[in-house]
Amino acid sequence: MENRMRLEFDAVSVNESFARVAVSAFFAQLNPTVDEIEDVKTAVSEAVTNSIIHGYGEKEGTVVVTCTYHDKDSEVVVIDEGVGIADIEKSMEPFFTTKPELERSGMGFAFMEAFMDEVSVESEPLKGTKVTMKKRFGERKLEE
Amino acid sequence: MRQSYQCKNGQLIVEMPKEIDHHCAKELREDIDRMIEISHVRVLVFDFSQTEFMDSSGIGVLIGRCRNFGYSGGSVQAVHLNDRVKKIFMVSGLSKLIPIGTEQERAGGRVDGE
Repeated sequence: MENRMRLEFDAVSVNESFARVAVSAFFAQLNPTVDEIEDVKTAVSEAVTNSIIHGYGEKEGTVVVTCTYHDKDSEVVVIDEGVGIADIEKSMEPFFTTKPELERSGMGFAFMEAFMDEVSVESEPLKGTKVTMKKRFGERKLEE
Repeated sequence: MRQSYQCKNGQLIVEMPKEIDHHCAKELREDIDRMIEISHVRVLVFDFSQTEFMDSSGIGVLIGRCRNFGYSGGSVQAVHLNDRVKKIFMVSGLSKLIPIGTEQERAGGRVDGE
C-alpha cells in the first residue's frame, strides 16, 4: 500500500514536537515497533530543529515535511527555504556546530544517520535545505 | 515549564522534563544553572523518570552542565533512564561522560560517599 502526507508549519520551536508527533502518527499505519517509531521521531526532531535554528536562524519562515510510504519503506523529507548549508560534508561531522553559544551538541546529522537507514542532504546557500531520510520498517522480527 | 528539584545529602536531584528538545532547552539550562548556583552541592543527579523523549538538544544541555559542574570539582550522574533515553546516551557517547546510576544509589542518597 502507498500513502502520502504533507505538513507545512511556521518555523517556531513549539512546532518541533508537533512535527515529530504528526509524523509518528502517520507512520503508525505501518504498525512499526515502538523503537522504530521513536527512531523516526528523533530524526524528524533533529531535521526540523536544524531548519528552525540554522535554516531560518530563529527568524520567520516555513518548514515543509512530507512523508510517504510504499509497503514497509518510509521516507521523510524536511524542506526549508532558509540560508542553506555552505559545506554539507562539514555540517555532517559529529560535534561540528556553527552555534556553540547555544550549546548545540553538533549531533543532529549523526542522530539522523544513526536512527534512519539513509540520509541525504541537498542544500544551496540562500535557497534552502532539503533533508531526505529513509527507513524500512519491520526489518527486525518481534521475537528478537 | 516548572522544574522540580530536590536537595539532600549534598546532592542536587533535577527532575528532567517529559520531552527534552530545542524548544525547552534554553529554559531548562537556565533553570538548572540557577539551582546549581544557589544550592552549593557537589553531586548533580539528573533524574529521567518522567522523560519519554530526548534529542540532541538535550545532549547539548547535559554536556554544558557537566562541563560547568566539573570545573567546580563536582560529579554528575543520571538515573531512571528508560530504554529510549538510554539509547540516546549510548549513541551520543554521553554515557562515557555521565555515569548511569542505579536505583539503590539514588535511594540511598550516598553516591558522594558521605
